[in-house]
This record gives sequence, C-alpha cells and structure tokens, in this order.
Amino acid sequence: MRARPADYELVAPGTLSAVLSLLAQEPGEWLPIAGGTDVMVQYSAGTLPARKLVSIWSLPELRQIEVTPSEVRVGAGCTFADLRQHEIVGREFALLAKAAGWTGGIANQNRGTLGGNIINGSPAADSLPALLVYEAELVLVSVKGERRVPYGDFHTDYRKTQLAPDELVRSVCLSRRFSGYYAHARKVGARNAQAISKVCLAALGRLADGVVDDVRLAMGSVAPVPLRLRETERTVKGRRIEPELIQVASRAAAAEIRPIDDIRSTARYRTAVAGNLVAEFLERLSVAGPAQK
Amino acid sequence: MNESPQNRAECDIPFQVNGKLVAVRVYPMERLLDVLREELGLTGTKEGCGEGECGSCAVLMDGALVNSCLIPVLQAKGAKITTIEGLARGEQLHALQQAFLDCGGAQCGICTPGMILAAYHLLSTKPQPSLEDIREGLSGNLCRCTGYEQIVEAVAKVGRRGSGG
Repeated sequence: MRARPADYELVAPGTLSAVLSLLAQEPGEWLPIAGGTDVMVQYSAGTLPARKLVSIWSLPELRQIEVTPSEVRVGAGCTFADLRQHEIVGREFALLAKAAGWTGGIANQNRGTLGGNIINGSPAADSLPALLVYEAELVLVSVKGERRVPYGDFHTDYRKTQLAPDELVRSVCLSRRFSGYYAHARKVGARNAQAISKVCLAALGRLADGVVDDVRLAMGSVAPVPLRLRETERTVKGRRIEPELIQVASRAAAAEIRPIDDIRSTARYRTAVAGNLVAEFLERLSVAGPAQK
Repeated sequence: MNESPQNRAECDIPFQVNGKLVAVRVYPMERLLDVLREELGLTGTKEGCGEGECGSCAVLMDGALVNSCLIPVLQAKGAKITTIEGLARGEQLHALQQAFLDCGGAQCGICTPGMILAAYHLLSTKPQPSLEDIREGLSGNLCRCTGYEQIVEAVAKVGRRGSGG
C-alpha cells in the first residue's frame, strides 16, 4: 500500500554536525536520506520501516572530492554523475567511473550517491566490486569523531554493515597506486541501461616478466555481499597466463562464489558467467602488454 | 510514539518552478511529482513506474535531470525546477517539442515530457551529441510506443541545428 506522507517526518538540518547530533540523540531512530534512489522506492511502495528521516542530500561536507598526492577521498554524498565527471577518478579509478555510468540512467546518476550505494549494501550494486579491488577505506563519522575501516570488511552479511547507528559514511578513500594496472570491468544484465546486474566484475591485473605480478578480482550479484575472489586471485598470482591457467582460474571462481536463484537469474547461469568473465579478463590481461606507468 | 506533533505537520516550502517563485504548504515527505501535479496543477509531468525506472516524471532541478517521484519535496526547497510546461515560449514550442512532433517521436504521450527534458538536459551539456550520446542520455526513459527510433531522430535533428539549449 502506498505510503502516506503525513505518517513520516523529514528534517534537513543542513550541516554535517547538526545531522550527527540528531543521530547521536536518538541512535537508530533516524534514517539518513541522500538522493533517495533507494529510500524513496521503499517509501513509495509502503515498505520503508523508518518513520523519521534526516536529509543529507548535498551536505557540502559530503560532496567534495579531495585529491592528495597519495589518495583520492570521495565524499560519500558525491553522486555517480560527480564521479563520472571527475578527471582523476576517470583516469586512475576507471573501474569506479565505469560502474558509475552503469548505475541507472542519467537522472538516477544525478541523485544516487556512492555512500548511499555502500550503505544500501545491495550485493548487486555495480560500484562496490570496484571499491573492493581498489582496497578502498571508509571514513565513518559520528559526534565522537572519525574512524577509518577497510571497505573489504565493511559488509558483514546480506545488507548488514559495520556502521554504528549514530554514524554516517563520510568519505571513501582510494589509494593512488593503481595507474600501472590493466583495468577491466564487465556487467552482464538483461539490457545495458537501468538493469540490475546478473553478474558484474571489476578486475585489476599487472604483468611483470610475463607472469601475473598482481591481480584483484571482485564480483557483484554472486554472494550475499559484494565479493572479493581471493582464492581465484591466489591461483593466478605469480603464474604465466596460459590456456590451462585460464581454465583453472575459471573453475576457481565458479567454486568461490555463492550465487542464488532470484528474479534476475539463476545460480547455475551466474556460475557459468562468473567463470567466463574471469577467463575473458585473463585473456585480455595476457595481451594487454606490460604495465604502463 | 514520542515525536513532537509539529514535526509531522505540513510546512511551507518555497522553490521556483519554470521561473516563478512558488510556496506550497505540504508534508515534507510528499513527492515532488505529486506536489507539481496536485498542488501546482502542472500535470505535464507524468507518473509511470513510481520507482525511478522509467523517467516519465523527469524534471530539471537546478539544471540536473532528476526523477521527481524519488524526491521528497523538502529536498526541493529553494531549488529551481523546470517542467515540460516551462520549455515553450508562449505559443512557440521549444525546438525539441517541435522536432518530436515532426518526427513522430510522441505517440501515447506518457513518456514524452520526461523524454524531452532528458533530451534538453543532454543538449545543454552536449549541444551536438552523437547517436551513442543520445541513446545514453535517454537510456533512463522508457517508451512503449515508438521503438525509440523517431525519438532519437528528433533529438539528433535538434542537435544538428544546435538549437536545443
């Protein structure tokens, strides 16, 4: 049944500190809403459990991309459009910029935020495998201060995270050490635009003297959380890319994922696709040539 | 239930629509879409899916294309909104509106306002878009009548003339 606006409270304190104070006063009572591309869908369907919402849309403190010599700190309130338009993100974190372009159409990219994608925690979110392979770190903030956690540990189970009820994600920190990697991203969905992935892959690889010097693989829609394929990475690292290795890696990926049957696909199909995507990446990496610096 | 009652009361929210300052007295969680249609009588903005998938309710908010079904009206406070009603100059249709008519880009009409605003947004950032740019720019807008070709043609026509802004 459709929601009645009169049943909901929405406030917009306008500054990060005022929002954090509100969260601290009644932890867990207030649901932060940024661009609304997830929250408003639940609201309109009448399935939003929260009744009290606090707007964090366009808080200036969350909408900056800060570049230092060692890292890029993306404010959690930056939209997918912001990510696509940022020159350094596009150049050094191409997997993230590409995933931003896959996330809904233009209207949703103008409103959907990276922080929202993280907190919504859908295992199908296209931007999250990119954050895994770049080994992003999250800055979480509350009235008590900030803490920094590895993004790879942030999702603890299906749509569960390490975020405390009085905290917000403030920024996503990306270390600037991947420009020498071959980057490859693939989304498999029913159509190009507006479709949620059946399987998506973010991959980074680097060859040295003909062997895989480093490799990072992460997938969406294949487990309860966005998944880093560490076992598969281990089978590949330090080896020469040959047809036999590609087969072994492909089987390792199929064994490592935990896909389900759902409205978009089946576990069987996802398993086949996951193996194929890893094979495709390794084939491309093998001809990508030496690392560029 | 210990919330103070005034928090759920209606409040005055001022913003600009098509160049005119308006102030509505509504609940802050009303969708911008409903406020435009029901409070302001701007029924050119359509509701399709109501969940941000189809683009029928697209409007411009501070120059950015957005789906008005996903915007709680409080977040539009102080913003400049452009709806389909804001494109024509009196009786003079906007070049995109004319091109949609000329090319057969509108049939049942439900997707058309959102489609035209998505095209307007595209042309404001890329005045001479490639076919690929047009397909991407309109990819969040679904049409169940035209098969899209006439729509793409209409936008390309305006892009070639450079009269879409």
